[in-house]
Amino acid sequence: MDGTALVLSLQLAAATVVLLLPVGIVVARARAWRRFTGRRWVEAALALPLVLPPTVLGFYLLVAFGAGSPLGQAFEALTGSTLAFSFAGLLVASLVVNLPFAIQPMQRAFEAIPDDVRAAAACCGMSPWRIFTKIELPLAWSGVLSAMVLTFAHTLGEFGVVLMVGGSIPGETKTISIAIYDRMQAFDASGAATMAAVLLACSLVAIAIAYSTSRPRGRAAA
Amino acid sequence: MTAVPEAHAGLHLRVAQHAPIPLDAQIDCAPGETLALVGPSGSGKSTILRCIAGLHRAREGRIVCGADTWFDAAAGIDRTPQARSTGLVFQSYALFPHLTALGNVTAAMSHRPPAERDRRGRELLHRVHLEGLEARRPAELSGGQQQRVAVARALARDPQVLLLDEPFSAVDQVTRQKLYRELSELRRTLALPIVLVTHDLDEAAMLADRMSILHRGRTLQTGTPREVRTRPADPLVASLVDVRNVFDARVVALAGGVRGLGWQGRLLEATVPSHFATGDRVAWCIPMAGVRLKRRDRAVEPGRENPVDGQVSECVTLGEDTTLALRVDGLPSPLWLRLSTHIAERDEIRVGTALHVCLLAEALHVMPWRDAAEGTDP
Repeated sequence: MDGTALVLSLQLAAATVVLLLPVGIVVARARAWRRFTGRRWVEAALALPLVLPPTVLGFYLLVAFGAGSPLGQAFEALTGSTLAFSFAGLLVASLVVNLPFAIQPMQRAFEAIPDDVRAAAACCGMSPWRIFTKIELPLAWSGVLSAMVLTFAHTLGEFGVVLMVGGSIPGETKTISIAIYDRMQAFDASGAATMAAVLLACSLVAIAIAYSTSRPRGRAAA
Repeated sequence: MTAVPEAHAGLHLRVAQHAPIPLDAQIDCAPGETLALVGPSGSGKSTILRCIAGLHRAREGRIVCGADTWFDAAAGIDRTPQARSTGLVFQSYALFPHLTALGNVTAAMSHRPPAERDRRGRELLHRVHLEGLEARRPAELSGGQQQRVAVARALARDPQVLLLDEPFSAVDQVTRQKLYRELSELRRTLALPIVLVTHDLDEAAMLADRMSILHRGRTLQTGTPREVRTRPADPLVASLVDVRNVFDARVVALAGGVRGLGWQGRLLEATVPSHFATGDRVAWCIPMAGVRLKRRDRAVEPGRENPVDGQVSECVTLGEDTTLALRVDGLPSPLWLRLSTHIAERDEIRVGTALHVCLLAEALHVMPWRDAAEGTDP
């Protein structure tokens, strides 16, 4: 059991969830209620990580992180280190890969709030922020929670993109999925089995939480 | 252009636009008055209500409530819904499903100190007869109870105007009758303008002091329900308020210097307004209640009763009322009348029966002639 890899994965997953939560809410609300030109293209771009092979996505991210790209140069100028093969690079990749997992459940949840309910809140004199915190968020909470749980579980298990972008540097970019792969390559089946079991348990709990919160709120309590 | 007097109490609205929904409406509603906006679906009733609440922005116009200008396209004023003091009851009620009945009501009380909200919320729920149900969520309430929560929530903001968007359309007939009585009772105690949107003429007649007839976003006529239903401004309004007896005629001079109508070879006694010239083509209508069965044992009273003979072509009995369609020689459409069912039964009136009726001259209303097609096509 590679404890360092597990901790790194948990850190990566937690950071991804924390950073994606506000981004996801803003994008999901906009996609649920706003009509803008080019909306379809934005939707397609956001869903791309779902269908793109992880190696392809990893390749483009590596190109974007490289010393020749504006993003890579800017990051290096700011921090003195490179984005590629670093925890920061891994986090950026993880954010991109998880966008559709975070946004879609939230978007469905926000879409399910009737327009009239939001209009009623405005007519009740509630400020936009109050409408968001007191009406929208409680009503969309199950979708937001599902999105967070799915993102967390998906980050723990991400393999292809992580390997491409981060390599396998212990303590920096070697996540638990890569550690499992390493153990198997080294014919350490029992080490791999322990870690696989941990991931399995995490995934199971995540899915169970996601399903149990998918019951819309406001229905009569059973 | 006439300015709306600023200090005048009540609600004044004038809005106009071509798209997305054509609007050309003007309404005024005094404090304590209930104005019904009546029209078929798609006539723009709800859009006007949303304009008042600040949920829809018209291209042109002005909305003033008391001393506050809520909207003035020319001056670039467009207050947010939050900055307009309106209480809106949505057709779907739009209650907050995750909040209790009390929570829904207190949600609209951000203008009051927190310590007061609970007491005031309970008071309002008591006022709409929901005491004891404060802790229920909307899904645990019946349709009628949900409507009452929506009314209490609309009042919770201490609004300057109460807006009701077809508030009775989602409940059953029995509940509706009960809610009608409750609203009539409630509105007596409220000193604010109330605008009720409905497509139900009887509902409007029962609850409103005045009604405004809307068609394709245009306010065609505003008046008391009785006025609008017995004296429609034109054939289009007549058709919208379900006056079925609308016919064409010409103004003619009758004996003795009075004027009347020449209609299908008959001469009708009627009060013809002076702005119609003799020889003018006009339309006239008569409510079903103005068509009376002629008593065989009585002679026609000269001057005020216009006798017409016909044959019953349709006979529909609905409870205590029987509606008859009378086919009259030379008329393309039938003449409609309503009788008490017991009279129809006593006189054995059924399809095929020959009837002699009178058109009461005082019930006969003369309108400008207009091709029906002109009103329905822009």
